[in-house]
Amino acid sequence: MPELLDFEEPVGVLLKEIEALSMLPDSDQRRQDITRLTERIVSVRAELYRGLTPWQRVLVARHPSRPTTLDYIERLFTDFIEIHGDRRFADDHAIVTGLARYRDQEILVVGHQKGSDTKQKIYRNFGYARPEGYRKALRAMQTAQKFGRPIVCFVDTPAAYPGIESEERGVAEAIALNLREMAMLEVPVVIVVHGEGGSGGALGIAVGDRILMHEFAIYSVIPPEGCAAILWRDSARKVEASAALKLTAPDLLGLGIIDEIIKEPIGGAHTDPAAATTLLDEALHRTLGEVAALEVNVRLELRYQKFRKMGSIGIVEEAES
Amino acid sequence: MAWFKKARTPIAAPDKASRVPEGLWVKCPECDAIIYTRDLVKSLSVCTKCGHHFRLTARDRLLSLFDGEHWVEQDADLKSNDPLTFTDTKPYRARLEASRKATGLPDAILIGVGRIDGSETVVAAMEYAFIGGSMGVVMGEKIVRAAETALARRLPLIIVSCSGGARMMEGALSLMQMAKISAALARLDRARLPYLSILTDPTTGGVTASLAMLGDINIAEPKALIGFAGPRVIEQTIRQTLPDGFQRSEFLIEHGMLDLIVDRRELKATIARVLRFMMPNDAA
Ligand SMILES: [Zn+2]
Repeated sequence: MPELLDFEEPVGVLLKEIEALSMLPDSDQRRQDITRLTERIVSVRAELYRGLTPWQRVLVARHPSRPTTLDYIERLFTDFIEIHGDRRFADDHAIVTGLARYRDQEILVVGHQKGSDTKQKIYRNFGYARPEGYRKALRAMQTAQKFGRPIVCFVDTPAAYPGIESEERGVAEAIALNLREMAMLEVPVVIVVHGEGGSGGALGIAVGDRILMHEFAIYSVIPPEGCAAILWRDSARKVEASAALKLTAPDLLGLGIIDEIIKEPIGGAHTDPAAATTLLDEALHRTLGEVAALEVNVRLELRYQKFRKMGSIGIVEEAES
Repeated sequence: MAWFKKARTPIAAPDKASRVPEGLWVKCPECDAIIYTRDLVKSLSVCTKCGHHFRLTARDRLLSLFDGEHWVEQDADLKSNDPLTFTDTKPYRARLEASRKATGLPDAILIGVGRIDGSETVVAAMEYAFIGGSMGVVMGEKIVRAAETALARRLPLIIVSCSGGARMMEGALSLMQMAKISAALARLDRARLPYLSILTDPTTGGVTASLAMLGDINIAEPKALIGFAGPRVIEQTIRQTLPDGFQRSEFLIEHGMLDLIVDRRELKATIARVLRFMMPNDAA
């Protein structure tokens, strides 16, 4: 059972009751009680997740057991071969790139990787990518373009790594170049924001023809804690900041930033990764088909116009009175 | 095209006192020299004793670059409508109003088309006094329109950055301006039109990680703070104090991230020199 978040306490209470019951000698009554409690958990979860606050969504998006990019790669694709390194400096473990087979076609996969246990989390630098990661991603994507293979990018990072070496090796330049070059990739590019879409570090592999986003994922210009620290001068105001930033999937759909919300199982993707994968599979397959059907020049023009329009919703044109 | 309908007539040089703190004399924060304001204005707000670069307003930046201090302003009427109805300790709308009053600008950027050493050029200059020069939807739209103007008329584009990064109060819409602008710059790039990025103090966050690092030539003013993550965020992450000069122009050029560092008083001549290399001979 994945670990429970604070707001899931009602579920925790029911789980404890089940645990206590399971200590008792087996009986029809006991089995009926457990079944009843298990059903109750599903409905309590459903109730909780129907009314998640933005901050609670942040917690779900960052859940330590949330499926990672490699989890989805393993479940969705076959014949995955990871390719390493930016051929400039190093191999960044916080971004994974590789060749994969999806249904009947060859694709390139790019994604942030956070790691699922402590050892892996450290190895993956908790999904904080360095410049090498973005450069590896671009190199791999240009290889996909060369061979006419579609690209799927999985986005799940708190941010690009804010460290001395990131700055020395030009993380800003690496992200900037990806933004410019991804806009011009001639092959279909589909983005899946499945966890944390952490500002520029997320966007650095998130320019594409379609942007899909998981129901409980977040995508933000700044982490709510950082926003609270700057604007409220108190990082504890993260709950308010997360609401103000409009970082949830429904908010971003309304703002015209994402194209589609991928439903998650009740209680979030981490409670049933297999079901989460099935839901993603349907959306991804359909989207790739739509985008691949477009002629190259049309696809590039639509991709340009898609980002070109972002923000129009926030602009008025009026002469000073 | 709609882009051009809002073009303005050339603007006369505005009140020059806005360039530096008001008063007859200014004290340089670097060398403590007392400088006559008129001398400072003449030296483009660079300390005549030590070369410290005072921050320029967007308008003064354009004045310092265009021939005859004349240009045609583009898209002067675009304003943010506060798309998230954002409120922190103050409503964002109030911050916008206060910044508009203080700067006389509708948002943190000014676009002008004018001549630099005789050659017509599109220049965008950011205004730090407007919410830290932050990049929101208006800045994104105005820069993209500037790039599209440059593309349509085959003119060079220059963007002078002076910004703390993406504007938090417009949320992910601000973040997306990085991609939107970079896509427009990609089109300029493929059309083999010059784009020069001028990085001034400070250029950080999403502005650095998009347009500021994408110049055919990236030119910084001396000692400008230039980086992606803010120094405080880095210190908190690595739990150590940052070395002196970290994320300054001189640090960046040492690490290969800039083409050159140019004193503001030489900037216009340098830009003209670079554009001669990039533009066909018959364009001037
Ligand atoms: Zn001085």
